[in-house]
Amino acid sequence: MINRKIAPEIKDATAFDIKLRPYEKVTLDNGIPVYIIKSEEQDTLQLELVFTGGSWYETENLVASATNFLMKNGTSKRTAHEINESTDYFGAYLNRNSHHEYATYTLHCLTKHFGDLIPVLQDVILDPAFPEEELSIFRQNMKQRLAVNLQKCDFVANRHIDKYLFGEFHPYGRVSSMDAYDALQVETMKAFYKQHYTYNNCKIFVAGNLPANMIHLLNEHFGKEKWNGEASLIRPEISIMPAEEKKFRIFNDENGVQGAVRIARPFPNRYHPDFSKMLVLNTILGGYFGSRLMSNIREEKGYTYGIHSQLYNFRQSSAINIQTEAGRDVCEATIEEVYKELRTLQQEIVPEEELHLVRNFMIGSILGDLDGAFEVIQRWKNLILNGLDENYFYNNINTIKTITAEELQELAQEYFTPEDFYELVVI
Amino acid sequence: MIHFNKFTLANGLRVIVHEDHTTPMAVVNVMYDVGARDEDPNKTGFAHLFEHLMFGGSINIPEYDEPLQMAGGENNAYTTSDLTNYYIQLPAENIETAFWLESDRMLSLAFSEKSLDVQRKVVCEEFKEHYINKPYGDVWHKMRDLAYAVHPYKWMTIGKELSHIEDAKLQDVKDFFFKYYRPANAILVVGGHVTTAQVKALAEKWFGDIPSGERIQRNILAEPPQTAAHKLEVKSNVPLDALYKCYHMPARTGKGYYATDLISDILGGGASSRLNQVLVKEKKLFSNIDCYHFGTLDAGLLTIEGKLVKGVKMKDAEKAVQEEIDKVQQTVIPERELQKVKNRVESMLAFEDMGLLNRANNLAFYELIGDASLMNNEFTHYDAVTTTEMHEEAQHLFDEKNSNTIYYYAG
Repeated sequence: MINRKIAPEIKDATAFDIKLRPYEKVTLDNGIPVYIIKSEEQDTLQLELVFTGGSWYETENLVASATNFLMKNGTSKRTAHEINESTDYFGAYLNRNSHHEYATYTLHCLTKHFGDLIPVLQDVILDPAFPEEELSIFRQNMKQRLAVNLQKCDFVANRHIDKYLFGEFHPYGRVSSMDAYDALQVETMKAFYKQHYTYNNCKIFVAGNLPANMIHLLNEHFGKEKWNGEASLIRPEISIMPAEEKKFRIFNDENGVQGAVRIARPFPNRYHPDFSKMLVLNTILGGYFGSRLMSNIREEKGYTYGIHSQLYNFRQSSAINIQTEAGRDVCEATIEEVYKELRTLQQEIVPEEELHLVRNFMIGSILGDLDGAFEVIQRWKNLILNGLDENYFYNNINTIKTITAEELQELAQEYFTPEDFYELVVI
Repeated sequence: MIHFNKFTLANGLRVIVHEDHTTPMAVVNVMYDVGARDEDPNKTGFAHLFEHLMFGGSINIPEYDEPLQMAGGENNAYTTSDLTNYYIQLPAENIETAFWLESDRMLSLAFSEKSLDVQRKVVCEEFKEHYINKPYGDVWHKMRDLAYAVHPYKWMTIGKELSHIEDAKLQDVKDFFFKYYRPANAILVVGGHVTTAQVKALAEKWFGDIPSGERIQRNILAEPPQTAAHKLEVKSNVPLDALYKCYHMPARTGKGYYATDLISDILGGGASSRLNQVLVKEKKLFSNIDCYHFGTLDAGLLTIEGKLVKGVKMKDAEKAVQEEIDKVQQTVIPERELQKVKNRVESMLAFEDMGLLNRANNLAFYELIGDASLMNNEFTHYDAVTTTEMHEEAQHLFDEKNSNTIYYYAG
């Protein structure tokens, strides 16, 4: 008979030697760098073009994201429908995204179809037409979507908390609005496009099973010319203007049965030595299912379906943001419990057993996250775009393996004082 | 091609091993053949509530999550109308921890009153978060009730009403466990950096002595063919009018399933699909419109749902949707368009198979519906569909008598 009360032996986190697989780098004829992680196991690939052209660089609200979105909706040779047809026909996904710093275009496809798809991608990136008609459909549909979202307490809360942290004119705190959609103009978008989607402002990341002539194809389509001329972008200085008040209560829906609770404070960016330590402390607080917040507020009290704390990865400044949707009549009690947990981390040392568990959990999680070429290139992309290398990655792992309970307590004492947090409930 | 080995323990537990030595990880997936369709109409939401209780400690292990996290693992679970699935991902070296945890909760739960008490509240908050406190959040409650007369798909997995969850008793929990959560009703899939011999030994060691239980014999009432169109008008505090149309469609393993799935993709799959191109881009009647279904094991619903552009009249929007449906019924789909949706399926399956967790999930699912090897034939079924077959399928699928419509008005 086995003794089911005794846990099987485990291999400890500190014993795992995690390696970040190195990338290959090729430079196209015009100088565009291509970062590559190959894998032959599947018949799929991912190609991402990254441009410095996120909302940080826009002078009017929403221009960066609208430009990024509408590039795909018509070129001088192809209509939006033709572009959609040709990607759908080959079962490919052509996604676009715009964040604070960067705007991206990502193609996912079966390796065998890459040659058929790259001319379409080239057309979208090099020759977008920004038809008036497409802008007006976009404007109308985005406004409708916004109207629906504005009824959701979590959506409204997310907008407000970032505004308190960074200020409503800062790219991190600025939000969409009906007026901003109305104000969008084709000419502004064309200008933004010309200025930011240039050959010397582009990096390419590819992963997966690549066709033998991949680099040749990339050179043919993106590497020959100095397309859109030479951009000389200067990253503007933008200052953070946090709110002076700390506590906010908003009634968005009088019949709401839940409130969206947000408790947040600013935190230094990833280049600060406390950042990697905070990744560990944040996990203990609210970064996994067994966290202090989940154990107390969900598993002990049943106030919510889930509560999490998050460390923003923004470039200029980060923030710690605790978020949950809780029953309307237990929102205030939830906030009290959150503060209680913050104070406990300030006053009491994290027990060795718990710290051990969190180390193992985090290492296991990184091991799982690095599984597959798409995941590895994603890691590299984050490092490269932030001007970092593999040492940063290994240092973070080292912090997870070696940080002490005393260091965590000091960190909590510096950053977990309840009075320093913004507090918001949206019902 | 997904390779796997399969064996059955003496107690009836089906075990599938999918070796993949390119990863340092392992996945342990346990699927139980029970879902919301097995519930008592007066105790709905129970299968899902029960899923929460599976994390509340088992007979020999007071805490489920802690030892798993200590072993560097992560886990989650989901319940659908048809099945309940639990999965773990962890470093392959620590795989025995997953066997220990999963086998103990299959042996017996701790049945703690405290856990039931808390999880009732947690599930009520989940209910509120997703179905009450969201615009249009109640529409599926209404649609299922409108479309089904007798079949238990009549209620949602989360439950018909909060009171059903609030009233759940510990005795219900025990009865449910010993009826459904037995080796005979479960499928264990282990994938990743493991060997079949190793999994065989571990499965015998940890699961071998659990009493078999009885394989579930279902007597679910089949939904009779619908003989008249159902319509419902709703007025609610939402910003936009919305239109929902559902049509009864074949079961997952039924004749016509693949053709119907491809029809849904013709109408609503991708930006180039007909509904999106004609109704959003050309006619500008909807700000978004989708066509989808859930692939349920019993006969399900093909759904078209869209939000109307402000100022558009419901009857004009519905007429335009009907015109697209008429086209699918009256005109044979062009070969190139059929090839497009087949290519989309081929690609989707390839991307789905990239993740180890997905592969393990899918192997369990295909074993549940008959045989894990069906997973490798899936594309062949789609590829065999002809335009004629789709045309025939569209005839009864889109019969007006087979339709259920909700007019959801902003008010």
